[in-house]
This record gives sequence, C-alpha cells and structure tokens, in this order.
Amino acid sequence: MFYRENGQFKTTYKSDQQIFGVKQDRIAIIALIAFAFIGVPLLADEYLFRAILVPFLILSLAAIGVNILVGYCGQISLGSGAFMAVGAYMAYNVFMRVEDMPLIVALLSGGFFAMVAGIIFGIPSLRVKGLYLAVATLAAQFFFDWLFVRVRWFTLDSPAGTAEVSNLSVLGWQLDSSVDKYLFVLGFVVVFALLAKNLVRGPIGREWMAIRDMDVAASVIGIRPAYAKLTAFAVSSFIIGVAGALWAFIHLGSWEPLTFDINRSFQLLFIVIIGGLGSIMGCFFGAAFIVISPILLNQLLPWIGRLFGVEISTSMVGHAEFMILGALIIWILIKEPHGLAKYWSMARHKLRLWPFPH
Amino acid sequence: MRLRKLALSAALAMAAAVTALTTSLAMAQAPAAAPATASATVQFFPSLTGRTGAVAPNAAPFANGFADYMKLVNARGGINGVQTLVEECETAYATDRGVECYERLKGRHGGATVFQPLSTGITFALMPRLAADRIPMITSGYGRSDTADGAIFPWVFPLLGHYWIGGDVVLQHIANQAGGWDRLRGQTIAVVYHDSPFGRELLPIINRRAEMHGFTVLALPVPPPGVEQRAIWLQIRQQRPDFVILQTWGVMTSTAIRQAVATGFPRERMIGLWWSGAEPDLRDIGVAARGFSAVMMQHGQARDSEVVRQILAQVHDRGQGTGPRAEVGDVLYMRGVVGAMLAVEGVFRAQERFGRGRHITGEQARWGYENLNITQARLDALGFAGVLRGPIATSCRNHVGTALMRIHTWNGSGFDWSSDWLQADMNVITRMVTASAEAFARDNNITRRTEAGC
Repeated sequence: MFYRENGQFKTTYKSDQQIFGVKQDRIAIIALIAFAFIGVPLLADEYLFRAILVPFLILSLAAIGVNILVGYCGQISLGSGAFMAVGAYMAYNVFMRVEDMPLIVALLSGGFFAMVAGIIFGIPSLRVKGLYLAVATLAAQFFFDWLFVRVRWFTLDSPAGTAEVSNLSVLGWQLDSSVDKYLFVLGFVVVFALLAKNLVRGPIGREWMAIRDMDVAASVIGIRPAYAKLTAFAVSSFIIGVAGALWAFIHLGSWEPLTFDINRSFQLLFIVIIGGLGSIMGCFFGAAFIVISPILLNQLLPWIGRLFGVEISTSMVGHAEFMILGALIIWILIKEPHGLAKYWSMARHKLRLWPFPH
Repeated sequence: MRLRKLALSAALAMAAAVTALTTSLAMAQAPAAAPATASATVQFFPSLTGRTGAVAPNAAPFANGFADYMKLVNARGGINGVQTLVEECETAYATDRGVECYERLKGRHGGATVFQPLSTGITFALMPRLAADRIPMITSGYGRSDTADGAIFPWVFPLLGHYWIGGDVVLQHIANQAGGWDRLRGQTIAVVYHDSPFGRELLPIINRRAEMHGFTVLALPVPPPGVEQRAIWLQIRQQRPDFVILQTWGVMTSTAIRQAVATGFPRERMIGLWWSGAEPDLRDIGVAARGFSAVMMQHGQARDSEVVRQILAQVHDRGQGTGPRAEVGDVLYMRGVVGAMLAVEGVFRAQERFGRGRHITGEQARWGYENLNITQARLDALGFAGVLRGPIATSCRNHVGTALMRIHTWNGSGFDWSSDWLQADMNVITRMVTASAEAFARDNNITRRTEAGC
C-alpha cells in the first residue's frame, strides 16, 4: 500500500535513469539525508557524535569501498586495512609537506595514492582467484604495515613513527566541535555513497557483476577481465583510502600504524558480509551492527545486571560481549546468509502488498 | 504468515534497539544531568582497563591496583573528605574502543579527573582531545617522551619517567657493569624492541648515547605481538652483542627470554625496561630467567610495604578487594597503586589552591599535577616508604617530576634490587625533549606557553 510504484510512469530518459527510480525511495532517502544533516545534530550529544556516529560513518564509507571489490566484483580482499593506511599516511604527507594544502584536496589525494596502491596489488587478481587472491592481498596488508612503521619519511621523521594533525579547517570552517566533524564526514559519506550507488548500476558496475558471477562467460560476451578487475580495485581502494584519511584526520587526529592492522581488514570484511555482499545500503547496516552492537552490549550488560542486583565485573562484560556478538553473527548468517540488506529488500517487497498479502 | 513473523520480529528488534538506545542515552546523560549532587561528594577517576585481550595478564593487575588504592583512599577518609569513585571501561587494548571509553566516561559523575590509558595507541588518540575537553592525562612510563615538556604539552604528564629516562638509566647500568662509560667504546648493544611507536620511542636516547660514547647499536625490531623472534635471536647469536636491551610488553617478554635461553645468551647481560620486568611474563620461565634485570620507575615488587599492608587490611580483609589477593604487591599491581596515588595527590594539591574538601574539575586537577611536590615525608605517611623516593616535584617545564630509577633482577621466583638509585642525565635528556617538543610545536602551530602562562 505504501510502496506501490503503480502509476509512476517514466516519460523521459532522465527520469528513467535516476538513481532512485521509485518515488517512495526517493522521498525516503531525501528525508533520511535531511534528518542526518539537520535532525541528528539537534538530537545527539557529544558522546554519540564522537564515539559512535563518526566511526560508524567512516567505517560505512570504507565498507562501501570493500563492497565494490568483494560484493560487486567478487574479488576477496584482506588488504583493506592497508589501503586505509595508505590513504591516511599519504594524505598526512600531502597535508603537512605542501604549504597551505586544502584539507579536502589532501584527503582526496590520500584516496588517489590508495588507488595507485590498489591497482598495483590488484594485478595478481588477473591470474589468481578466490582464496588465493585473499592471500595475495594479505601481502599488501603486511607490506604497508611494514612500510609505515619502518620508513621514517612517511611519518615526517618523527622518532616513534606516529602522525598528528590538528587545527583542521575547510574554507574558513574550523572543524573543532564534534558536530562539525560529524557534518564534514557525513558530507563525504553521502557524496561517495551516491556516487558508488550510481556507479554499480551503470555499465562498469554491470561489468563487475558479470565478472563476479562468471568470469569466463563475461569475457566471452566481450568484457575485458583485466579492465573490469582493475577498475574495481581502483574505485574500491580510492574510497577505502579516503575513509582511512578521514579516520586518521577526523576521528583520531593522532595515530600509529597499528591503527590499520590486519584486524581492521577483517573488521571491514565482516561488515560487508554481515551487511550484505553487493548492496550499498548493506554497508551501513553492517557497519552499524559491528560498530554499535559491541558498545551497546558493553553498556547494557552491567545495566541488566544491576536490574537483578548483580554487579558484573568489567572482564566478565568483556568476555560476554565477545560471546554474545559471536553468537549473534552466527545466528544472522544462518538465518539470512545474504546479510542484513536482504531483510531490507524483503521488507520492501512485503510493503508493496501490505496489508493484503496473497 | 511469514509477513506477520517478519513484522513481529522487526517490531521486536526495533523496540529492543530503541530501549537500548534510550537506556544508553539515559545512562550517558544521567550523570551530566545531575552533577550538582554527584560532584559535591565524589571525585571521579575513570579507569580504562585491558582485562581481556592480548595483554590481559599484564593490564589486569594494573587495574586492580588502581581500584584498590582508590578504595584505600576512601577508607582513609577520602581526599579531605571527598570520596573517590572509579568506573572501569574495558578497552581490550584496542585504540577505537579506548576512544569510545574516553568519550563515555569523560562526562560522568561530575566529570573525569584524569585519564590513564595504559596503552600507547590510546594515548596518541586521546592527546588531541584532551585540550578541548580540559582533562589531563597521566602516562607514567609510556606514550611520548617529549610530553615531559609541559610548556608545549600542557595536558599530558609522563610522571615518574618516560622511555628516554629509562633508556638512559639502562645504559648507565650497563656502563657501571662494564666499568665506566669509556669502556663501552667499541662494544655492541642490541635493542630488541616491539615494532611500534611504543618500541621505537626508546631508540633516540640509545642512538644519542651511542654517538656520545662510541658503542654500536644493533636495532632489532620484532613485529607485534612479538611471538616471532627466532630470526632476531639467530642474528644475536651470530653477532654476539655484549648486552641486549629489551623493550617488550606482554607475551613478547617471555618469548624473548625463552629464545635467549635457547640461544644461550646470558640472562645477566639482558636488561629490560619497566614493562618487561614483571611477574606474569617471568613466572612460567622461573629459574631459567634468573639474572634478567629490568629498570624500574622507582617501585618494583612491594609485598611488605606499608601501603600493601594497609590495602590488605582495609580493603581485601573487608571483602572489597579487586582481583586475586595473591597478586597484591606484584610489580604491575604496584604500578596501578602508584598511578592511583599520583592521581589522588594531584587532587590533594589542587584542593590546596581551589578549596579543601571541594570537588576538583579536570582543569583544576591539571594545575595540581603541574605543581606536585610529593616529599619523602609525604610518601612515608602514605605508606610508600621503600617503594618510592621523593621528592616528586613537577613544574610547567617539567612534567616528569623525578629522574630516579633503580634496577631489579629476577631471582627465579621474584625480584631483588640489584642497583642503587640511578639518576638519568637530565642535561642530555632535557635537550632531546625540548628539541623534539619544539619540532612538534612547529608542525602543529602550537606556541610555547610562557612562564607567565603556566
């Protein structure tokens, strides 16, 4: 009833090709973005911004990058943490070494260098597939971990190999308060999410999906595997690199190479798998699940304990959090192997007929 | 039918999410909403713990000691009547969880007094946030060494020591063993370090001393977490350095000593920094580790000190102890106790200026930490006789407070003191600290605080 596209006729090419073809989708997305830009700053407090929303948004962005590679093009990658590190450190170098460097240009240049790194480490994908490729991308992870710890040049010769940025501003807008940082990150995420959404439904996105579904068949119908795979690596690592730069600049402000270690790569892969492979919306669901649920559990368990008059120790909460989260992940993957995004599409499907199902 | 199930589960999930969110919001906001009642009576000390995860055996005793000393302060009557309150938040040694914990705790119970993250990664991530939130941070024996320059890092306090002081004292000890600094010429000293900012922070002082005294440094990085050291020890076996310095933490320490045993490198010629010299890593190796030494930020094991007796009598015997009783007085437990003592003494000092028996804000506490003057008499009165040596006096330029250290040596089941008090050469270190802090200030457009601004 709410979600019927009957009567929405596409009379121009332009209307036929818009990102959200269904009117209800369009309204919902615009309302959501407006709420994120206007409503959230009015409602949320500093803790929500700095500890939950900013990390959530940045990891969603990184997950979009990973999803393009893993979900749309079918190339399993364990090097996402490394590409985040490239983005962060190269953006840092560009920002610090060039006088009066605008922040946005520095962040995008971080993405650019991550893209170059992604293409280089994507070359093995032309020969190896599946798990073997995962191992090849693991090399990227270890190489960049090593590079940023060992080569002093990347950290401006700081003795310990750490990097700091401070006093960030964009065109006179000082990014000091948590709301500023949130809005800045939100702007990036919205732009990149819409770009990615647009990209994956265009010709290049179809090439990626063809490669994912069956690369031999794809090459028979005229899709160049090298081009498709390397563009997927390029676009994916560009977005991951920008996310890494945002993580370092906006979220942390001061970081060490271990910030982007192998655990980050796994975390991003889990976000994408739980959120839903091949779905931009799923990236947000997955990131929300992975970022927010441990924090929620961590705060909720002592609170539940107190309801029953039991004082749960910190370590107990820590262990319980791991176990419950693990069980939840298994449960979700058994109930819905296609991830949380599948629930979203099922709900849409049902709403079309609601309240009169067949 | 399936729709109904779906709708039902969706509604349930929504309800759960909403209640969870509101409760967490309420929990986050409740203390902020009622600071008037809370802040008048308690002084809040947040504790970022690592009770789970890779470093749990080492980080848990610290959290226990911290909590127990705070309970002892309350048993003694609080800080001039103001009771202390500790709330823990588990970080599992992960930086992003540490940031979340910081944001969660900083506004609670009338505002956090001071943070002690016990992790280099979290320390770095918190540094940019402190000034904006006006909360100080104590990083006793970790973090950046150049934060000792308080004129450039007003909010960070590496009280009792940082790695450059530690490294200098280790080399002094080595020089004493060799028979003087000039005997070191031509010798080789290997540094086995955790390949991360934590580990690398030690290198500048070692290299500086190598330039001064003409010994060769063999820098041997070990990738975290440090269980893969075979290649490094093969290199040590081939190159036969005269001494090995360990900058290790957690499982890396025991691995290093096991490898030393396997390669036959004498433990007497291995000296660690304070994170390497603790019971959890050595107990399992036992006798084989005998002779291994570590430089200590003043305190070591202190089972028969007055403060431990008081904690046992007034906290553990009343059934309020945190963690196992057997660990009370161990090295890392004592580090937690000392950390808590420093945190509390800063508040005592701040109360002298801002009002006795008053609640102290983070900003006021910062003044307290910057103007500490803990004399030997005060330490004795607190029960730290034989544990710490006064005076611990800080100033605007000096956020460390002391440069005294001593060395303890593993005897197979515990530690014995094996050196006198050693003083780092502050002529060398202050120059390095100032140069490094100035470079940081230049890169980040920070101006040095003037004497008047302190």
